[in-house]
Amino acid sequence: MFRRHQLLSCAAALALAATPAMAETAEVIHWWTSGGESAAVKVFADQFTKAGGTWVDTAIAGGPNARTAAINRTIGGNPPTAMQFNTGKQFDELVEGGLLADVDAISAAQNWKGIVPPAILAAVTRNGHAYAVPINIHGQNWFFTSNAVMAKSGATEPKNWDELFVALDKIKAAGFIPLAFGDQKGWERNMFNTTLAGVGGAEGFTAFWGKRDPAFVKSAEFRKVAETYRRFKGYVDPGAPGRNWNDAAAMVINGKAGMHIMGDWAKGEFTAAGQTPGKDYGCFVLSNHGGGYVMGGDVFAFPKPKNADATKAQALLATTMMAPDTQIAFAQKKGSIPSRQDVDSKSLDLCAQKAMAFVADKSKQIPANELLSPPAVTGAAEDVISAYWNDATMTTDAFIAKLVTALTQTL
Amino acid sequence: MAIGSRLAAQTALIPAMLIALVVYCGSTGWTIWISLTNSRMLPNNNFIGLRQYEVLFANERWLVSAQNLALFGVLFITLTLALGFFLAVLIDQRVRAEDLLRSVFLYPFSMSFIVTGLAWRWLLDPTLGIAKIAHDIGFETFQFDWIVRQDRVIYTLLAAAIWHAAGLVMAIMLSGLRGIDQEIWKATRIDGIPAWRTYLFVVIPMLKGSFATATILMATSVVRLYDLSVAMTNGGPGIASEVPAKFVMDNLFERQNIGLATAAATSMLITVVAIVAPLLYWQNRAAARAGR
Repeated sequence: MFRRHQLLSCAAALALAATPAMAETAEVIHWWTSGGESAAVKVFADQFTKAGGTWVDTAIAGGPNARTAAINRTIGGNPPTAMQFNTGKQFDELVEGGLLADVDAISAAQNWKGIVPPAILAAVTRNGHAYAVPINIHGQNWFFTSNAVMAKSGATEPKNWDELFVALDKIKAAGFIPLAFGDQKGWERNMFNTTLAGVGGAEGFTAFWGKRDPAFVKSAEFRKVAETYRRFKGYVDPGAPGRNWNDAAAMVINGKAGMHIMGDWAKGEFTAAGQTPGKDYGCFVLSNHGGGYVMGGDVFAFPKPKNADATKAQALLATTMMAPDTQIAFAQKKGSIPSRQDVDSKSLDLCAQKAMAFVADKSKQIPANELLSPPAVTGAAEDVISAYWNDATMTTDAFIAKLVTALTQTL
Repeated sequence: MAIGSRLAAQTALIPAMLIALVVYCGSTGWTIWISLTNSRMLPNNNFIGLRQYEVLFANERWLVSAQNLALFGVLFITLTLALGFFLAVLIDQRVRAEDLLRSVFLYPFSMSFIVTGLAWRWLLDPTLGIAKIAHDIGFETFQFDWIVRQDRVIYTLLAAAIWHAAGLVMAIMLSGLRGIDQEIWKATRIDGIPAWRTYLFVVIPMLKGSFATATILMATSVVRLYDLSVAMTNGGPGIASEVPAKFVMDNLFERQNIGLATAAATSMLITVVAIVAPLLYWQNRAAARAGR
């Protein structure tokens, strides 16, 4: 197997040597397969083609599947030109193993230090070197509301968590489903994180996922977070378990439900249904500590290339992805906001404008779960968070005890 | 001549044996070794003894998964054997349209677990499916929400799996029943023994082989139970319908925790060996005694 690869790459090298004028070819592994997502990735492909490259699209449905395929190919010696990760710790071990090429040259040329929010820049930097291109920023703790349902229920957009439950009660009393929820483990964690950011604030959030501090988890403050999180259970419908998040978003779009908690990628569903923010639906972020915005996103990392042509292709790809017009065009399709803050955001929608304001203010930023904890820890905590949501007999004390175990048990 | 042909046959078997040795034993050995290291996303060789197993058996989700599999396995095997045998007996009464019925019963088996799981999930969804039909035709108070109840969800998985496999068991049993000598039926009829007693005390012991085949087939699908749980409930609500194979897969890939995943896989292997080894030993002893 190995030898065949070597033969193949020898043959490829010879072929390349024979045609020196060949354009840079980039094979990109990503998991953007839904309607809005593939429209967004097409922006990259088009811009890359325009810059003189050849884009080879390897879309693999499902984040874990795409990452597994990319990692296996990289370890196996047949790496793609670029591969997608979520902003954060997913590619830590690839850096430790010396399998990724750094993008310091592009980072310096485009002055990322001056234009990318520090938390996002830190998330792609290891030991002082940048190892991935942070292409966008997603906010994970948005509330989306149906303006029609809110009006019919006499509810108004809440300004804090107490008002939130008042609004939910009103929607319930008016006979609508208060909270549309796609009850799967990952979204249970996202709802928990939204509560943690809102009630516990930025400090609580980083104490929990970053420091994984048992003292914080056992504090009265965290107990309030836990109990608030579980309070949502009374506002979801019996069909929630197993439902997909986009079906839950559709319940708000169709006027069956009042609110939905989701990342800003849910905007894609509203846009696809022909709805406009402000007019048909509302979007807001809630915090008792002044608007903690949970920032995650996507990055592209570049496996160490096999030859000089691949290096050139990687450089061209990275430069194209971070170019200002690409950044804006991509964000419009994806529902995220650009990772560089020096672009003209006027063409973005109302929710994205709000997001730009959050990201501009360092005191309102919270690094997302993926930036703070490795997947193994996140997964172990997710199981506990899920059990607490679903098992009404589990006490908050038991929840806290199990969380401490999950968060501190790292090998 | 005889030695020559035996040599040729053995030579021909070498590639297959090598593959079995390297792929099977090699991979198994490697899995066990990795379970003794602190590997995360990438395998490494930092030996940490049995720490992964300590973490594993303190993990609530793993314990729930193991319990689920034990409950599911026992109920699934007994109920499918019973139902499959019952269906075979019914068809064996020389019913009309036997071919059609046989196909109908065997049909679910032609579907993958993913399709089966999805179909049953929609059927059992409390806001769609059966519950909605019942409401629409006027049974307002009808409620069937097992798939979203933590204490019942495993039985919905069980129902789907039995529906899937009963036809196959029926086919195996039917071929066994057709192999029973008609003289036996004549003899029991002359003695005035009721048909149900003949089935229970004469036919079933004679179908030992069919039961063994069906049990082994069912047992393998119990151990690798994964896709049904993924498609039907994705392990939920909460962790109520998690199964060991899903624990391994999730930790292997999504959670980048190869050490824990291989520890779980090794634990599954040890359990299977612990159950199968005495059986094989007993079977060999029986065969040897019969041979003597």
